[in-house]
Amino acid sequence: MRRLAAPLAALAFTLAITAPTLACGGLIGPNGAVNLLRTTTLAGYHDGVEHYVTAFEFAGGGGAFGSIIPLPGIPSSVVRGGDWTLQRLVRETNPPSPFAFEAAGADLARAVVLQQVRIDALDITILKGGGAEIGVWAKEHGFSLPPDAPEVLDFYANRSPIFMAASFDADAAAARGQAVGDGTPVHLTIPTKNPWVPLRILALGKSAGESVQADVYLLTDDHPALLPAPGSKLAEGGLRLAHSDAASAELLTDLRSDKGMEWIPESAWLTKVEIDAAAGDLRFDLAIDATGAGKPSMRDAGFAPFGPLPAPSSWDPLWVKLLAASFAIPLGGAWLLASVARNGSGGRPLAG
Amino acid sequence: MRHLWMRSAALLLLVLAGLTAGCTPANTAQRIKITIHYSHFHPSALTVPRGVPITFVLVNEDPIDHEWLIGDAAFHERHRQGTEARHDGRPNEVSLPPLASSETTLTFTTPGQLLYICHFPGHEAYGMVGTLTVT
Repeated sequence: MRRLAAPLAALAFTLAITAPTLACGGLIGPNGAVNLLRTTTLAGYHDGVEHYVTAFEFAGGGGAFGSIIPLPGIPSSVVRGGDWTLQRLVRETNPPSPFAFEAAGADLARAVVLQQVRIDALDITILKGGGAEIGVWAKEHGFSLPPDAPEVLDFYANRSPIFMAASFDADAAAARGQAVGDGTPVHLTIPTKNPWVPLRILALGKSAGESVQADVYLLTDDHPALLPAPGSKLAEGGLRLAHSDAASAELLTDLRSDKGMEWIPESAWLTKVEIDAAAGDLRFDLAIDATGAGKPSMRDAGFAPFGPLPAPSSWDPLWVKLLAASFAIPLGGAWLLASVARNGSGGRPLAG
Repeated sequence: MRHLWMRSAALLLLVLAGLTAGCTPANTAQRIKITIHYSHFHPSALTVPRGVPITFVLVNEDPIDHEWLIGDAAFHERHRQGTEARHDGRPNEVSLPPLASSETTLTFTTPGQLLYICHFPGHEAYGMVGTLTVT
C-alpha cells in the first residue's frame, strides 16, 4: 500500500493590498506519523488575489510522499513557482541566510477534483469536498491519514471546502536527477476576499506535546492585523512576530524578477511570523486583515463557530409569535388605556 | 374509599413493573451501539452481564479506517505488535472501513474488565480505547 510520508516545507505567500495569506501542509508518514521539518511559507495578497508559494523538498528514498493543504478558495492557476523567491525572503529576515527550506507535503483527499497539475515529480490535485469526502478520497489514492485527520479535515472543510493534495513521487524525482534537498516550488493564485494561513494543519498527526515549527512570510499592501496576534494569550505563546516592516524596494525588485512574480506591487509590508508551539496548543489558524480596518476574522482564525447555521425548527416562528403576542397584547392594551386616559384628562382628542 | 383507590394504584404499578421486568430478563440478548467519531469510541465505558449474548453495533463515522478489538491485556499486547491489516472471522476483532458499520455478537462468561482498542498506528495513543466491565 502506498503511504505518504514526507518531511516537506511549505512556503506560501500572500501579498496584497489587504492581507497576505499562506499555509503550510500537513505531512503524513507511512505509519501515520508526521515528520515535518521546519516549514516556511510565503503568502502574498494583492488586489483580492492570494499568491501562495510553497515548496516540496525531495527527501531521498523511494515511493510516494504527500500532504494536504487547506486553501481559502479555488485557485485560478497552479504553476511551478519561482526558483528563489522563498530563499530570498529567508535571506531578507535572516541575513546569514541558511538556504535550506523545507517542502510541505500534501496528501490527496477524496471529493470533486477541480484541477490536476504535474510539476516535475509532484502531482497536485485541487479538491472540493467536506472533511469525510476528502478523507475517503485520500484513502482511495493511497494516503494514510493519522487519527486526528477526521476532526482536522472538518475544521477546515466547514470554512473552506477547498484543499490541495500534493503527491511527491520520489522515484520519479530520482529519475529526473533531483538531489536530496532539491525543492519543487509551487505557486497558486487564489482569488479570495478572506486570506488566511492554515496553521493547525501543521500539527496533523503529531502528539499533543510534539513541537511544531514554521516560518510564515506575509507580504501585504499595508501593515496587517493578525489574529491571534503573535505573543498574545490567544496564541498560547506559540507565535512570535519576528519581522514587521515596510518591504525594501530592493527586496520587491528582487522578488518581482523571479519567474511568475510580476504581480509584486511597488510597495508592500513584509511580516514574518515564527511558529514554535506544542501541537496540542496549535488549534487555530492565522487570520489576516490588511485592509487597515484592523479586524481580522475570528472565523478565519478558527475561533468562532463556523459552518452553516442550523435551520430553525418549524415551530419556532409560531412560538416566537406567541411570545411576542403575549407581550404585545398587554403592552398594546396599556398604551391604549394610557392614550384614553390622556385624552380624558385634556389631551389631544382622538377624533374630530 | 381513598384507601381502596391507593391500593388499586399500587397493585397496578406492581403489575406493570413485573411486565417490564419480564420483557428484559437479565439473560436475554442485548444490543449495544458503539459509534466511532473523530477517532474516539462513544461510549468509551460499558457494563454488561456475563452469560448474555451481546450484539455490538459498530458505526464508523470517520473517513478513515478503524478497528474494534476487544480482549484482555495479553490480547492487546499481541495486537500492538501485529501486522494484520484486516481482521475477519473472529467476533472480537472487527475491521471498520471508512463510514462503514458492522455487527458482532459476543458472550462474556467471566466477570472482569476488558478493553476495546483500535490498534492502527497512533490510534490507541490518540484515545481510541474503551473499557468493558463484565459483571
